[in-house]
Amino acid sequence: MVSGAPPVSPGGRLAAGPARALRTAGDRVFSGVTRVFAALVLVAVFGMLAALLDGAWPALRAFGLKFLARKDWNPVTGEFGALAPLYGTVVTSAIALLLGVPVSFGIALVITELAPRWLKRPIGVAIELLAAIPSIIYGMWGLFVFAPFFAAHVQPALTARLGAIPGLGGLFQGPPMGIGMLTAGLILSIMIIPFMAAVMRDVFETVPAALRESAYALGATTWEVVWRVVLPYTRVGVMGGVMLGLGRALGETMAVTFVIGNAHDVNLSLFMPGNTISSTLANEFTEAVSPLYTSSLLALALVLFVLTLFVLVAARLMLLKLGAREGVRT
Amino acid sequence: MTLYARRKAVNAIGLALSVLATAFGLFALAWLLFTLLENGLRWIHPRIFTESTPPPGANGGLANALVGSAILTAAGVAFGAPAGLLAGTYLAELGRTSRLGAVVRFVNDILLSAPSIIIGVFIYALVVLRAGHFSGWAGAVALALIVLPVVVRTTENMMRLVPDGLREAVAALGAPTWKITVAVVYRSALPGILTGVLLAMARIAGETAPLLFTALNNQFWSTDMSRPYPNLPAVIFQFAMSPYEDWQHLAWAGALLITVAILVINVVVRVLLARKLVR
Repeated sequence: MVSGAPPVSPGGRLAAGPARALRTAGDRVFSGVTRVFAALVLVAVFGMLAALLDGAWPALRAFGLKFLARKDWNPVTGEFGALAPLYGTVVTSAIALLLGVPVSFGIALVITELAPRWLKRPIGVAIELLAAIPSIIYGMWGLFVFAPFFAAHVQPALTARLGAIPGLGGLFQGPPMGIGMLTAGLILSIMIIPFMAAVMRDVFETVPAALRESAYALGATTWEVVWRVVLPYTRVGVMGGVMLGLGRALGETMAVTFVIGNAHDVNLSLFMPGNTISSTLANEFTEAVSPLYTSSLLALALVLFVLTLFVLVAARLMLLKLGAREGVRT
Repeated sequence: MTLYARRKAVNAIGLALSVLATAFGLFALAWLLFTLLENGLRWIHPRIFTESTPPPGANGGLANALVGSAILTAAGVAFGAPAGLLAGTYLAELGRTSRLGAVVRFVNDILLSAPSIIIGVFIYALVVLRAGHFSGWAGAVALALIVLPVVVRTTENMMRLVPDGLREAVAALGAPTWKITVAVVYRSALPGILTGVLLAMARIAGETAPLLFTALNNQFWSTDMSRPYPNLPAVIFQFAMSPYEDWQHLAWAGALLITVAILVINVVVRVLLARKLVR
């Protein structure tokens, strides 16, 4: 880690005359310009919040806080509520985490503990490439390849095995159409795995070697070292990585739009088509004709932004906490 | 079962599941790439690069969308990268320990993971609504907002890798801060900063969501940035969701092209970085 303040106009005191004036003027301009652009980042984020709030205002005034709890979405009668897309967003993200977290943990474990040295990098790069593939490609693959496969082979089996269980079974009933909330959640999980796995790998590597090796020396198995030493040590960072993945899943648009089926509905069954906030925006934003319709969509965007803002702030705070401890450990 | 045997069994099961998880990840990548090659390769022919997007049922290519995407991406980088470079410079050099620096660093990380569709909606409200029409410029600004945090982050990280001793040596020669930064720090961090810009470019090349309400799309050849602008992601979205088979074929070809371009940039960047680290 580098430390200490950067050198500030060194030697300036000795110089005199025009050379000195040039020097301080140059530094003043340099410092001013870089500061302005740094502030631009703040302006962008707060500007986003302000613009969304401004655009969403008519809808929020018309529907109040009930906007969040209303199910109707009817452009003809001008009745709008966020419940269906909000429900879809939460359900698909939950599915994505349910599958994505254990898989990411396994990948991070393999990269940090199991893989031979020459294999670590190739595996890491392959998983990172998964993150580089554009969302729209996942969407096409999901719609044309994964959904038909899922409908033909997986959904009937799920209904047969789990559909009869009281309570839980309701999640897996319905026509095996391939598209729907479960498919969207599964594809989301593949999309967020690289982000979570990368964070987990990085935080696992912050564990001091002495700690890990002491556990091995006491006779712990690899699994015990990871489960009882590495994971407790990095808990906060792992949670941060999971929240980062959640932030991605909540806002992911194109892949979901392809496979979720776009129905403004709240269904218990995960096989049924639904909607997320982002897919509603992608589908309807350019078609919205009445001002209230547009404003309602902007209100949806505001809800999504605030939701991800909370999640991402939590994620960053957790990662910062781990980083702070890292500085002390040596 | 003895305690020892149970511990061994738990270990074996846990590790086997982890290997399975890794295999799942690699399999997903292979399946995606195989799908793209299988569906895309057949429809790649010279016409793709020479003709504009056709109406349904007619022959055509993706030339206008390819050129439009290239220009939009270049414009996004041209707007976003210099701003990101300067902001990153502030974080790495002047504001290393300042409060503004800490806040910007935190908010930048948020912007880095903000949903890209929200950025599209924001630019719609900011630019499109005021101008009264969709435009290439709006699309470029939306993409620039995605480039910005990526470049800020990599620039700061790369400039911090430059040893302080180097800065102090130049300072001892009497150079002002701006000269230390421009002539010495930039120069030694340049490869790293450029890879950051390349990664940002790869990221926006396939972005669709922020373009839907800003650049929209254009069926025809257009280089007028103040009009709706043709771009590949929007064409892929429209054509893939359409019921026309020849449109879907073009979408697959476009999907293959865009993915290959992005993966090539990513692999090249990683090879360059690895070589730099080894040296």
